[in-house]
Amino acid sequence: MSTVSTPRKAVALISGGLDSLLAARVVLDQGVHVEGINFYTGFCVEGHTHAIRREHQHKPKRNNALWAAGQLGIKLHIIEVIEEYKDIVINPRHGYGANLNPCLDCKIFMLRKAREWMEANGFDFIITGEVLGQRPMSQRRDTLPVVARDSGACDRLLRPLCARLLPPTLPEREGWVNRERLHDFNGRSRKPQIALAEQYGFHDYAQPAGGCCFLTHEQYSHKLADFWRARGEKRYELDDIMLLKVGRHLRPRPHFKLIVGRDEGENNFLSGYRGRFVHLAATSHAGPLVLLDGRADDDDLDLAARLTARFGQGRTAERVAVVVTDTQGSEHTLEVAPLPADEIPETWYL
Amino acid sequence: MSHHELDARHLLCPMPVIRAQQQVARLRPGDTLVVRATDPGALHDIPAWCRLHGHEVLATTTESGEVRVTLRVGNQ
Ligand code: SF4
Repeated sequence: MSTVSTPRKAVALISGGLDSLLAARVVLDQGVHVEGINFYTGFCVEGHTHAIRREHQHKPKRNNALWAAGQLGIKLHIIEVIEEYKDIVINPRHGYGANLNPCLDCKIFMLRKAREWMEANGFDFIITGEVLGQRPMSQRRDTLPVVARDSGACDRLLRPLCARLLPPTLPEREGWVNRERLHDFNGRSRKPQIALAEQYGFHDYAQPAGGCCFLTHEQYSHKLADFWRARGEKRYELDDIMLLKVGRHLRPRPHFKLIVGRDEGENNFLSGYRGRFVHLAATSHAGPLVLLDGRADDDDLDLAARLTARFGQGRTAERVAVVVTDTQGSEHTLEVAPLPADEIPETWYL
Repeated sequence: MSHHELDARHLLCPMPVIRAQQQVARLRPGDTLVVRATDPGALHDIPAWCRLHGHEVLATTTESGEVRVTLRVGNQ
C-alpha cells in the first residue's frame, strides 16, 4: 500500500528584503508548503514617505513584502502589531543597537508571534533569512540561540541561509528538509546572497540601507529621543511616530518644536493634523504648513512665524503675513520679518 | 453572496491592505468587497495581495484622490 505524505508546512518571515526571500525559496525548492508572514510595527520603511512626498511620486510604489511573496508564489499574511510592539521599543530587555533599534528584542518578539501563528494554523516550522554574523546585535553566534529560545520557536526555527553552520534543527533531523541543500552563509559579505539571487533569477529586489525599519536611522532615532525627552516620558501613539517621518523638524526652544512641510505632499499630510496642533502658514506668500508641538507664548509664536516665513517664498521679503491658528480654529495674523538663515543654529534641526 | 464596503481612507500603506485582509477573512467565497482608500499605494497593494490569495479583482478606479478596489472573495 502506498502512502502519499502531505508536505510539511513552514511559515516564512518575509521582510521584503533579499535574505528572507532567498530563505523561503530554498525551502520551497525542497517541496515544503510555505506561506509568508510580515509584521507591521509602524516603524517599517514601507511606503509612507513615498506616499506623502511629492518628489517620490514618480517612483512606482510597491510593498516589498508583497512583491517578494509574488516572486515566490506564496500567500502573505500581513499582521499589524503596532500596540504590542510599543513595549519592545520602549523597554527592550536587551537594549538598543547603534540607534533606537531594539533588534534583539524585536527578533524575539516577531518569532514569538510567528510561533503563535504556526501553532494556530497547524504549520510545522518557521523560516527566517538570518545569516550568522551579518548583524552586530541580533545575528551573532551567541544571540541566534537566544532568539530561538526566548521566542519559544526553539528547534522549530530553521535558518536556511546559515543552517549548516548551526546545530541541526527539528526539520533537518526529521528529514522534512535536506540539510545538505541548505547554506552556510556567514559574515557581512552580501556576495553569496547576490549569487544565489542571480541563480534564482531574482532581480529588482529591495536593498534597504541600514535595516528594515526607521529605528535604525540615526536621524529618525534622534527625533524619537527628542520627542520622548520633550514629553517627559517614553510613550507614543501611531500618529506621533508617523509625524516623525514627515517634514523638517526644528526645536528652537525646549518647550516647543516645529514640523515644517517640505513640499505639497507633506503639507497635505500635515494638514490632516491641524485640529491637534497650533499651526502656521504664510498668507502673503506661498510657503509651508507648519505644526507647532508644545507650548508657546507670544514671543515663541513670533519666532515660529518668523521661521515659517523663512521656509516659504517670502524668505527674502521684508515682511511676511503669517496666520496662526489654534486647535479651536481661531486665527490671528502676525506681520513678521523672515528669520535669516544664519540666525538658525544647526542645533535647532532635529 | 453579499456585498460589503470597507472604508480605509486616511490610512497609510500597508494599513489598507491589512484592513482588507481582516475583512475578507470574515466573508464567504463569492462575496464582493469594495475597499476605499486615499493612499495611492492601495491601488497596487490590494490587487497584489488578492493575486496571492486567489481573490478576484473586479475593478480598480481612482477619482479625486480616492482609490476604489472591488474584489470577489475566492476560496479560502
Ligand atoms: S531593524 Fe527594526 S525591524 Fe529589523 S530587527 Fe531591528 S528593530 Fe526589528
